[in-house]
Amino acid sequence: MKVIVTPKSSVLDPQGAAVRDAMQHLGMPEVRSVRIGKYLEIELDGDGAELEPRLHQLCRDLLSNPVIEDYQIQSEGDRS
Amino acid sequence: MKFAVIQFPGSNCDQDCLAAINGIRGAQARYVWHKDRSLDHFDAIVLPGGFSYGDYLRTGAIARFSPIMQSVIAFANAGGKVLGVCNGFQILCESHLLPGALLRNAHQQFSCKNIFVKDGDGDVFKLPVAHGDGRFYADEKTLDALELNNQVLLRYCTADGTVTGEANPNGAARNIAGICNVERNIFGMMPHPERACTPQLGNTDGREVLRKLFESVPEFAAS
Repeated sequence: MKVIVTPKSSVLDPQGAAVRDAMQHLGMPEVRSVRIGKYLEIELDGDGAELEPRLHQLCRDLLSNPVIEDYQIQSEGDRS
Repeated sequence: MKFAVIQFPGSNCDQDCLAAINGIRGAQARYVWHKDRSLDHFDAIVLPGGFSYGDYLRTGAIARFSPIMQSVIAFANAGGKVLGVCNGFQILCESHLLPGALLRNAHQQFSCKNIFVKDGDGDVFKLPVAHGDGRFYADEKTLDALELNNQVLLRYCTADGTVTGEANPNGAARNIAGICNVERNIFGMMPHPERACTPQLGNTDGREVLRKLFESVPEFAAS
């Protein structure tokens, strides 16, 4: 399963702003905004649907900080 | 008064915390390893600065789940005094013992210098900061509540006590350098009082900061 963690829109992201400025200088002035998050690839044994509630709990407790971040879980199509 | 200085893998301000507290009349500090569980016989706990777990994932995110933290949380919830300095403050926020979070400094640089902070009495102290993620953040509602309840312990200011943007080393909301919880037994601050306790190093303002934090504890006052 894949987890994407992003800063909440209310949080200032100066790293994203620095990258936006760099992109504009590198020939892409059309870039209005960049926000930088995290991407986690998690390999699990067992049934993803059964594990998902516990994974959500871990996303809230560890993998993201709900004060400043949002997260989404993306299930893989197949799992062996 | 007996202090526990918790050591996590990657803590590096533990020795300074121990020395600073041992230098205070009536206070004695001992190390407690993060895998220990017992905090019996301690009157106060210090979570020192450093890079616990390498700051992996987020600063303090993994230290929060160290075995000792269950005891720290129980101790704090029972009213025991807990001070988190720098990484310790980050761990307290990740544990939700304090509200808000500490983010990457707005200017994206590690800030290592002397700054000034003002406390609720208007006293100004010179303290060093050394952090890459010192920018205190909370939503407007939480910030308003912190101010309403007098939970802002320290604010970045100029040498004469004026709170200005220039005096803010990391972009922290409302120049907040340190806060406490509603019950006033859990304290967190980004500056390092333990680095300002040695006359030979030219700054002992940290002693007064520590003294004011703990002076209401009977064991401290009795010594």
